[in-house]
Amino acid sequence: MTTKTSTSTPAPALGHQDLNRLLAMMTGDEKHGPAATSTLDTLWVLYDRVLRVTPATVDARDRDRFLLSKGHGPMAYYAVLAAKGFLAVDLLPGFGSYDSPLGHHPDGTLLPGVEIGSGSLGHGLPLAVGTALGLRAQGLDGPRVWVLIGDAELDEGSNHEALAFAGHAGLGQLHTVVIDNGSASHGRPGGIAARFEAAGWSVLTVDGRDHEALYGAFTAPHEGVPLAVVARVEPKS
Amino acid sequence: MDTMRERFISTTSRLLDDHPRLAVVLAEISRDGFAPAARRHPDRVINVGIREQLLIGVGGGLALTGMRPVVHTFASFLVERPFEQVKLDFGHQGVGGVLVSAGGSYDWPAGGFTHMSPGDVALMDTLDGWHIHVPGHPDEAEALIRRAAAGDGRDYVRLSEQSNARPRPLSGPGFHTVREGRGGVVIAVGPMLDNVLAATEGLDTTVLYATTVRPFDGAAVRRAVAAGDAADVVIVEPYLAGTSTAAANDALSDIPHRVLGLGVARRELRRYGQLHEHLAAQGLDPASLRERISAFLGR
Repeated sequence: MTTKTSTSTPAPALGHQDLNRLLAMMTGDEKHGPAATSTLDTLWVLYDRVLRVTPATVDARDRDRFLLSKGHGPMAYYAVLAAKGFLAVDLLPGFGSYDSPLGHHPDGTLLPGVEIGSGSLGHGLPLAVGTALGLRAQGLDGPRVWVLIGDAELDEGSNHEALAFAGHAGLGQLHTVVIDNGSASHGRPGGIAARFEAAGWSVLTVDGRDHEALYGAFTAPHEGVPLAVVARVEPKS
Repeated sequence: MDTMRERFISTTSRLLDDHPRLAVVLAEISRDGFAPAARRHPDRVINVGIREQLLIGVGGGLALTGMRPVVHTFASFLVERPFEQVKLDFGHQGVGGVLVSAGGSYDWPAGGFTHMSPGDVALMDTLDGWHIHVPGHPDEAEALIRRAAAGDGRDYVRLSEQSNARPRPLSGPGFHTVREGRGGVVIAVGPMLDNVLAATEGLDTTVLYATTVRPFDGAAVRRAVAAGDAADVVIVEPYLAGTSTAAANDALSDIPHRVLGLGVARRELRRYGQLHEHLAAQGLDPASLRERISAFLGR
């Protein structure tokens, strides 16, 4: 990774205006295209303004953890990581090829700054709960744990096990972003927010394309309880 | 004498006092036994309720932060129910942990098939890099748990109500020679040792004792076979028959050999009752074992 070996002149960080160009460098996973772009604004706001982790601190004990549970359509994730210097931009065109570490689902063991391998739905939130518990058990109160899931992914029973426990356990370090692109076949009474609220989470629902609204929700106080942000984007986007 | 499960609770409770990296994750099962440890270490004894998928995911998440998770419930609910979590939340994430099961193949026969897990080891055997421990005595269980807790790898410890009368010294992870003979090799896994020794009494066979079955000690099997007259191997396992047959075949792939795998049958017995009745029904009591081992080695 070029940015990891750079000691004097770090690669110039790229901006939001570069993301489309970076996304266009990845081809071959068009079936997941809508999933890729539904997460783009959330990922950008998190990495640009919220997460306390940099290419230099990917192994630091007190870093914030971001777990991408919605592992399908990871192009937006890779693009943001490349823009922020976690990945070399020249890795992007190899997306999905045998010699590339960038798969159509990410593998955390192959990529710096990628906390987990994901793709099978319903694993990220339970792993995030364990991560928050592990940080708490080690007295690491500073780092925050973020996990991004999809609205249809929320159907997985493992997520309901995790969100019910996390609310009861008062895991204030835990944050979940649900990208709601209306892709679940069967809705739930009261919507996504009601499910988290019933489990004792602090919940905010915002426009998933509005950077200021996302930032405001991501940084909203939620003393002693986990935070869920439902980021609404275009249906089936 | 205490059971393996009771020894697991007392041992791990003490380990929690000495090792700040260690955490125990429960899904209600054995909650009461760990209650004193939970009072001393409320952040490191975690009961997630009856949520077995979360149980495994939390273990993986703890490991991602550098903790050493000990994850425990009955084998049916630890391995079979959340199997994809075991596969992905440990192995695929590249982290380790200690899974400790209770209940085994039929520790509670009156409870019926919902609480029987004869297939757990075969299922774990489809995954890469797991050490599989099958103690035959509470003392052995304690030694294996201590070793696993102090390590960094992926360990599955299968505890059972079945126990041999006395413990064997566990000097290392390989198979141990308990008896030597020339007419075939019988490998007894964990709690099957006493029955195997009784079944082979007076027979000219080597008996190897295995408490860690993965990795499979192929070198010990090759040595034992080389010291005898025929490459005939019987494996007696307290779980699904034939679970280790492929491993034994691999160990002997370059010489003509025969392998007989004895254990619990795949068919669902649909019987309640007592443990000894199930051992007999599965042909794992001394008399049945002697008949089957003699028939195989006598040919």
